[in-house]
Amino acid sequence: MSVVRLEVNGTPFEREVEPRRTLADFLRDDLGLTGTHLGCEHGVCGSCTVLLDGVSVRSCLLYAVQAAGANVMTVEALAPAEGPLHPLQEAFKRCHGLQCGFCTPGFLITAYELLSERRGATGDEIRRTLSGNLCRCTGYQGIVEAIEFADELWER
Amino acid sequence: MKPAVLVDLNRIGGLDEVGETEAGLAIGALVRHRRVERDPLVARACPLLAEAAAQIGHVAVRNRGTFGGSLAHADPAAELPAAMAALDGEVELRSGRGSRRLRVEEFFRGPFETAVEEGELVVAVHLPRAPDRTGQVWLEVNEKHGHFALVGVAISLTLAEDGTCSEARLAYAGVGPVPWIAAEAVSLLAGKGHGAFQQAAVAAAGGCEPPSDAHGSSSYRRRLVRVLTERALTEAAGRVA
Repeated sequence: MSVVRLEVNGTPFEREVEPRRTLADFLRDDLGLTGTHLGCEHGVCGSCTVLLDGVSVRSCLLYAVQAAGANVMTVEALAPAEGPLHPLQEAFKRCHGLQCGFCTPGFLITAYELLSERRGATGDEIRRTLSGNLCRCTGYQGIVEAIEFADELWER
Repeated sequence: MKPAVLVDLNRIGGLDEVGETEAGLAIGALVRHRRVERDPLVARACPLLAEAAAQIGHVAVRNRGTFGGSLAHADPAAELPAAMAALDGEVELRSGRGSRRLRVEEFFRGPFETAVEEGELVVAVHLPRAPDRTGQVWLEVNEKHGHFALVGVAISLTLAEDGTCSEARLAYAGVGPVPWIAAEAVSLLAGKGHGAFQQAAVAAAGGCEPPSDAHGSSSYRRRLVRVLTERALTEAAGRVA
């Protein structure tokens, strides 16, 4: 077992982990942050996307020990439990950017990284950025529209 | 495969730097694709490398994937090995016995097979700076952004003042077991202008032996080689300042 210290959504954690425990399993099973979803568990579907020191990563392709000392941000950090939705979440809701919601945490984090960097991403850029996330419900159109809408909605 | 020990290289210092050298550029093995895609030093010295890196996987993949990792993995359809071949780059290996540099032709031995020996580690790549009046282009066709290239072409084209080709390097991903260099096309281009582009593209398509698989037949890939080569040569010539 190894001891891992890291910060998740602004809270410091220290846990003993088995070295081969993935970051995704660590977040979900050890920390109880089940907002991060596991679809394919081999880096294809994008559902488990989180930010590691500010950049998007597949949490199923990293071991928790590799995140030692890092800041991790998961979908839970977007909005407080009892507070209003984040503008991205609000836009997904209004534009039918989700149906079953399984893939949504990954899409939200991927879009969060894109929109945090700059305003005015074109539809093509959004589609290109989303190419690593799979959704089986929406046909993607609503997701692209939601991100375009969030770009206007989000004061940043 | 069931490794007894798994070593994470990420905490080794000094392997994640991009630096200018006398000859051009040195890129550490742990430099991420996302950085290669956006680094101004790379864009200036070896623009085709930045274009090739932007085509690797998706953002979340490029945020973690490393230059050295891609080379050591040696996927025949990957972008960086072919880009390295077109740039005439060298791979630096280090072990307890010392270090050595290998040219691309020596480094790649076959699909997923390299000249790296037991105890050796890829630590950096070294790339010559593009000469004046050089245009560089990476083009690829894939099923969707982020997927491996069906065919990828890397071209570095240097033109003399009169517009004729003084130096050219054409390398391809996805058409053979290792990055393929179109030697016949290069000799057809020597001393010629735009008029030779089509002929060179036909020679490139005729000279390679692309594989057939579920993603595309050999003849389809061959056709892509012809179309992409002519397109990339025209684009590269247009970029010569």
